[in-house]
Amino acid sequence: MQLSAGDDAVTPAPLLTAPAPAAVPSARDDAPPAIRTRGLAKSYPGPDGTTAHAVRGLDLEVRRGETFAFLGPNGAGKSTTIALLCALARPTSGHATVAGADVLTEPERVRRRVGLLFQHSALDPDLTAEQNLRVHARLYGLRRREVRRRTAEVLDVAGLADRRRSAVRTLSGGMRRRLEIARQLLHSPGVLFLDEPTTGLDPHARARIWEHLGALRDRDGSTLFVTTHYLDEAENCDRLAIIDRGRLVAQGTPREVKAAIGDDRVVLRTSDDAAALRVVTAVAPPDRAVATGADGVWLRVPDGSAWIPRLCAALAARGVAVHAASATPPTLDDVFFHHTGRTIVPGAGAGAGPGGGR
Amino acid sequence: MTALAPARPRATAGRLPRLRHELRAVHALVHRDLLRLACQRVPTALMLLHPVLYLFILGGGLAALIPASSLGVGYQTYLFPGVLMMTVQTPAIMVGIRLITDRQSGYLRELLMAPVGRATLLLGSCAGGTLVAAVQGAVLLGLAGAVGLPYDPVLLLLLFGGMLLASFTITSLSLALAVGLRRPETFHTLLGLVMMPLLFLSGGFFPLSALPGWARALAAADPLAYGVDVLRRCVALRVPGQTAEGVEWAGQQPPLPVEAGLLLAGGVLALLWAARRFGRPE
Repeated sequence: MQLSAGDDAVTPAPLLTAPAPAAVPSARDDAPPAIRTRGLAKSYPGPDGTTAHAVRGLDLEVRRGETFAFLGPNGAGKSTTIALLCALARPTSGHATVAGADVLTEPERVRRRVGLLFQHSALDPDLTAEQNLRVHARLYGLRRREVRRRTAEVLDVAGLADRRRSAVRTLSGGMRRRLEIARQLLHSPGVLFLDEPTTGLDPHARARIWEHLGALRDRDGSTLFVTTHYLDEAENCDRLAIIDRGRLVAQGTPREVKAAIGDDRVVLRTSDDAAALRVVTAVAPPDRAVATGADGVWLRVPDGSAWIPRLCAALAARGVAVHAASATPPTLDDVFFHHTGRTIVPGAGAGAGPGGGR
Repeated sequence: MTALAPARPRATAGRLPRLRHELRAVHALVHRDLLRLACQRVPTALMLLHPVLYLFILGGGLAALIPASSLGVGYQTYLFPGVLMMTVQTPAIMVGIRLITDRQSGYLRELLMAPVGRATLLLGSCAGGTLVAAVQGAVLLGLAGAVGLPYDPVLLLLLFGGMLLASFTITSLSLALAVGLRRPETFHTLLGLVMMPLLFLSGGFFPLSALPGWARALAAADPLAYGVDVLRRCVALRVPGQTAEGVEWAGQQPPLPVEAGLLLAGGVLALLWAARRFGRPE
């Protein structure tokens, strides 16, 4: 899935290979950020005179040209944040500047400069791919000649040029998604918001969408703001933020947020997990969580691989046989669990929960 | 994948006068409605069949019962303005239903993202609906000869103008009703409740003078009655011997410009009200 990075020196690292954390933004550090929020908050009046706080005091910073992942469990405030950033809803308090325009004072300017792909996007199923794009381009005030040129261009980029006369009804799910993305590119937005762009697609179509997004970023230098609950997708973004109950709990490159937890996860598969649990609890530093899971006894310690021989020796001394031992650096799911107390994908093994939390 | 040209439109967008942008958005929505009309030929033909059946089956059947002397003209000729009204009213009302289904499908959110005023979006829907309705009415004008009306260009033009006006009013009323509703079912229920009385009080099927006084008073508040009235009087203007009686205010028929003005004003007011409700930010 390596994308041609091109000869351009400022071209950021290809999307689906591990990005070098500092490489992307460094060239653009002096440029104003694509998105900057300070104390952004939104609350709705709830039932019985209560107030529901959807977003509380968000301080976000997304640099130009980067792909930014926005992670959070359902109902954490992701969609509300996007609505605020796209000037579709007015914040209760705080400020936000998106693509150089203020969402409070210049909402139309913001909307002209951003594209937004909704989670459940809608095309007119009776019209053809081309007709859908043309109506949209005109809606954004493009001139007739531009409408024709841009429509042809984005259809080409989406790989749908040969299906331009097909009614949208007849296109596959992946094709529709690409067409929806193409529609958001017609007015050449500086920032493209994508709310769960790959939900409901098969792995092949998912990969194709990301390949497509990566190519867009490389060619246009667009800033992509993506919400997703696929951790592998977030892993491949330049930077990410985790939101929980309307609050930002972590922000940085995938490497940074993982380094912030620091601890490796050590797993031991033994002949007697119950006995091993007692031994490991006695040996491990006192404030460490130790638990048994489906895969054996596990604990979190810094520098996990150095602990394996010590643990094995202690277990051998008490007559517990160790069948397998591993130390893995933290994954994004661990980061997520660390900050929110939940795993993002229910049933994903990694952070099965200390002390049977879930 | 081919290269995407660098973003040029953004640079020019800021300099464009705002009004032109809004007009382009209106054009986009009218264009969408016309495209939909063009690709939905079978549903449109079926929609047109409905008034044609009324004209020839109901009209044909009743024509044998109702002597021409009681109306001054043959029953089918008498029915024609009412049938034209029926033709434009169906697509005009659909605009309101479309607003609700667009909201449900998520298409409306896409529209709201466009960098134009919300009132512009509503105006675009209204313009598109009005035009589509009037175009369908124009097709029905082709039957003028079959009911004994001459193919007089001025008459056809007058009738088309009348239908455009009536379409506008009904589209606006439909939008005003739809803008506060979230479910199409509610809209259908409301419509089923009011449509029948409105249609019968319109004077399209029988002279309002045949009705009791209280029903005539209700008819004076029926927008369809003014639409039918305007169309009927357009016919009377060009074809001598046609009846032109209809809505009466205190026993007097208001002049044609007043009726037309009333339709226009009603449409504008409904649209303004709808735009105000629609424009409320979250």
